[in-house]
Amino acid sequence: MTDTLLSAFIYLAAAVVAVPLATRLGLGSVLGYLMAGVAIGPVLGLVGDETNELQHYAEFGVVMMLFLVGLELEPRMLWSMRDRLLGLGGLQVSITATVVAAIALGFGLGWQTAIAIGFILSLSSTAIVLQTLQEKGLASTSGGRSAFSVLLFQDIAVIPMLAVIPLLAVPEILAAADAAGGHGADTGHGSSSLVAHLEPWTTALVVLASIAAVVLGGHFLSRPLFRLVAASGLREAFTAVALTLVVGVAVLMMLVGLSPALGTFLAGVVLANSEFRHELETDIEPFKGLLLGLFFITVGAGIRFEVLFDNAMLVLAGTVGVMVLKAAILFGLAIAFRVRRSEGWLFTLSLAQAGEFGFVLLGFAVGSRVVPPEIAPILALVVGLSMFLTPLLFIAFDRVVVPRYTQDAEEREADSIDDRGKVIIAGIGRFGQIANRLLRANGVETVVLDRQVAQIEDMRAVEVRSWFGDATRPDLLHTAGIDDAALVIVAIDERDQAVEIVENVKRRHPHVRVLARAFDRGHDYQLREAGADYTVRETFYSALELGTRALRELGMHPFRARNLRSTFEAAENEVRDALYAAWQRRPDGERMGRDHHELFMQLDAAMAEAMQRDRDDRHSRAERGWTPPPKGYTSEFRTDSAGRESDS
Amino acid sequence: MKRVLVLFAHPSIDRSEVNVELLRASRDHEGVTVVDLYAEYPDYRIDIDREQERLRDHDVVVFMSPLYWYSTPAILKEWQDLVLEYGFAYGHEGTALRDKLLLCALTAGGPEKAYRTEGFNHYTIRELLRPIEQTATMCGMRFVAPFILFSARTAHEESRVRSHVADWVRLIEALQRDTLDLEAAARAPTLNPMIDARDAGDPA
Ligand SMILES: Cc1cc2nc3c(=O)[nH]c(=O)nc-3n(C[C@H](O)[C@H](O)[C@H](O)COP(=O)(O)O)c2cc1C
Repeated sequence: MTDTLLSAFIYLAAAVVAVPLATRLGLGSVLGYLMAGVAIGPVLGLVGDETNELQHYAEFGVVMMLFLVGLELEPRMLWSMRDRLLGLGGLQVSITATVVAAIALGFGLGWQTAIAIGFILSLSSTAIVLQTLQEKGLASTSGGRSAFSVLLFQDIAVIPMLAVIPLLAVPEILAAADAAGGHGADTGHGSSSLVAHLEPWTTALVVLASIAAVVLGGHFLSRPLFRLVAASGLREAFTAVALTLVVGVAVLMMLVGLSPALGTFLAGVVLANSEFRHELETDIEPFKGLLLGLFFITVGAGIRFEVLFDNAMLVLAGTVGVMVLKAAILFGLAIAFRVRRSEGWLFTLSLAQAGEFGFVLLGFAVGSRVVPPEIAPILALVVGLSMFLTPLLFIAFDRVVVPRYTQDAEEREADSIDDRGKVIIAGIGRFGQIANRLLRANGVETVVLDRQVAQIEDMRAVEVRSWFGDATRPDLLHTAGIDDAALVIVAIDERDQAVEIVENVKRRHPHVRVLARAFDRGHDYQLREAGADYTVRETFYSALELGTRALRELGMHPFRARNLRSTFEAAENEVRDALYAAWQRRPDGERMGRDHHELFMQLDAAMAEAMQRDRDDRHSRAERGWTPPPKGYTSEFRTDSAGRESDS
Repeated sequence: MKRVLVLFAHPSIDRSEVNVELLRASRDHEGVTVVDLYAEYPDYRIDIDREQERLRDHDVVVFMSPLYWYSTPAILKEWQDLVLEYGFAYGHEGTALRDKLLLCALTAGGPEKAYRTEGFNHYTIRELLRPIEQTATMCGMRFVAPFILFSARTAHEESRVRSHVADWVRLIEALQRDTLDLEAAARAPTLNPMIDARDAGDPA
C-alpha cells in the first residue's frame, strides 16, 4: 500500500513540477511529461521495472481519448471525412510500411521481420499528436483534420496488423527461443478471449454482434439510463456511469479481439448527438488527461540509457532516418491531396514520428517470434526517441512555418463555420428560449446548456441543439467551447448559481462577454458586481411595454406614449446606476443597506416629480422634441433680415 | 368620386393648434382616408405593403403636416424613402402612381411675406417644395400648389383657424368631385386663393 502510494506520489509530483515548467517555456505538456519520465526513470532511478506494467494501464488514456474524439465527431462528419480517411490514411500506412520494409531488407533482415518493422514504424503517435493539436488549437484546421484522419486510419489498421504478425513467425527465431526455453507466442494482449476457440464464422458473428450492441445500445439504451442517473442529481453518479460505459465498451472489444480504442471511438460517435455529450466529455476528460500524462511519463521513464549509449550512432541515425522518411512521404501526400502551405507543413511535421501502438506491435512481434530480441530494444528506442522529438517539431512549426505564412494572410484558408465565435446560452427556460430563437433565426450558432432534462428534450424536439449539464462547472463550459465563444448568456433560474457562472467566466475567460438575466434589483447588483457586461431585469422591458400599452389604451397618442416610455427608461437607468453605486458601499452583511433604501425612496420621488413636470409644463424633458417656437417669434427676424439685405 | 388619402404627420399633436383641427375635419369628412403616421408607426417601422396598397386604392394623396425646417417632419420623409420603391412608384414597371394627384397641406410658423426672395426666408414655398414636386414628377404624379396656412403660431389668437379649416373642407370636396382646375393649380403659388375664388364664383 505504502509502496503504491509512494510511486503514485513520485509520478504525480514529477508531473506537477515538469508540466507547468514545460508549458511556461512553450514546449507543451507532452514534452513536460516525457521529461518528467526521464527524470524519475533513467536519471534519478526513482522508478524502475513497474513502468512497463504501468504503461499498459496508461494506454487506457489513449482509449479514452478516442472516445472523446468520437464524441466530437458526428456520424455525418465522419462520413464526410471518408476520402481523407481512406485516401490519406491508407496511402500513408501502406507507403511508409513498404518503404521501411524495403530498407530493412536492404540491411539484411529477413522479409518477415522487415514487414513487421514496416508496420511498427508506419504508425504515428495518436496520443502526442492529438493532445498537442488540441492544446495548440490546431485540431480544426485543415492540416489538423488531415492528421486526425490518418491517425484514425492507423488506429484501425492496428487490428489487421495484429492479426497478420503471428503469421510472419520466423523459424530461426522460433528455434532459438525454444532452445533458450522460452514459451510460445503470447497471442492477443487480453488474457481471456471469447472468440479464441470459435470457428471463424462464429467469430465473425460474435464480432458483428458486439459492434451492433455498441451502436444500438448507445443509440437506444444510453438515453434512458443517463436520464435516470441525471434525475438522481448526484454528480459522481454520472461520472461513474460515464466511466462504466467507456471501460465496458473497451472490455467488450478486447473480449472479441477488436481494438478497445476503436470500440470506444465508435461508442463516442454514436453518442455525439446525445444531449449528454458535454457532460460525458467533462466527466471523462480529467481521467483521460491523467492517464495520458502517465503514459507519456512511462515513455520517458522507459528510455534505456545503457542501450542508447551502446548504440548511440545507430539509434540516432535510425530515429532521424525514420522521421525524415515519414516526413517526406507525408509531404508528398500533402501535395497530392492539396493540403497546402502551412497546413501541409502542419500535416507533415505532426505525424513524422512512430507511436505508442508501435510499442504494442513491437512487443507482440517479439512474442510472436517475428522480430529477433536483439534488435527489439533498439527499435523501441527509435520509437520512443521519435516521440520524444515530436514536440520539437511542433515548436518548429510555430516558430518557423507559421511566421512565414502569416505574412501573406489573405491567402490563408477561411475558418470553417464551427470555428466562428459562438454564443453559449446557460439556461433555456422561458427567458433563454427567446434570446436563443432571435439569435438562431439570424444564423448565429448557439450552444445551449440546461440542467433540466425535460427542458432539453423539449428543445431537442424542436431541433434546437441543446445539452444537459450544469453550467456552473467551469469544465463543462470548457467542453461547450467557451474558449472560442464570443458571448455567454446567463439565463438560468437559480439566482446564486447565475452569479457564480458570471464570476467563473469572467475570471477564467476575461475575453468572453457575459450578458445576464436578473430577477430583481438585488440580483441585478450581484450580477454586475460579479462582472457581467450587461444585465437586464427580466420583468423590466415587458412591464415597460405593458405600461406603454396602458397609456395608449387610455387614449394617449401612440407616439407620445412611446416617447414617455423612452424618457422613463432613461431616467430609470440613471436611477439604477446611482442605486448600484449605493449598494456597493453597503456595510458588510447587509443585503441592501440603509443607504440604498433611503436613496431608492429619494430617487423614486425625484423621478415621479420629473415625469409629473413633463405632463404639466409643456416645455419639459419628455417633450424637448418638436417644441414649437414661441408665439411671437417671427418678429425677431424682421430687423435681422432687413439688416442682412442692407448688407448685401 | 375621387378617393382622397391624407397622410398626416405631426409628432406632438397634443401641442398642435392648427393641424389637430385639420386632422379632425379630414377624419370627419365622408370618403376621406386619414392615416396618422406617427400613431400608426410610433417606431418608424412603416409597413411598406400596406402603404402601397393604400396608394393604389386612392386617386389623391395629401401630405398634411406642419412645415419643419422648410420641409416635412421626419416620418414623412421616411415614408417616401420606404414606400416609393423602384418597380412600384418609378422605373420601368413602376406605374402604380401614374396620374394620381399629390398635394401638400401645410402650416408654417413664418408669415407669407417671409417666403419671398426679399423676405427673411428668401425662397417661396413652391421653391422649397421642389424635392417633393420632383419626386411626384418622377412617379408620374401630378403635383399641384400647396394648401398652406402662414403665421400658424398666432392663427388661433387671430381666429384664422376656423376659416382655414373650412377652406380645407371645401378643397376636399373640390378634389373629390374633381372640379379643381388642375392646370391652374399646377401653376399657382398656393391653392388658397383658388378656393376662395371658386367659392365666390360658384357657391356650391
Ligand atoms: C422642429 C420645428 C421646425 C420648424 N421649422 C419651421 C420652418 O422651417 N418654417 C416655418 O415657417 N415654421 C417652422 N416651424 C414652426 C411650425 O411650422 C409651427 O409650429 C407649426 O406649423 C404650427 O402648427 P401646429 O399648431 O399644428 O403645431 C417649426 C417648428 C418646429 C417644432
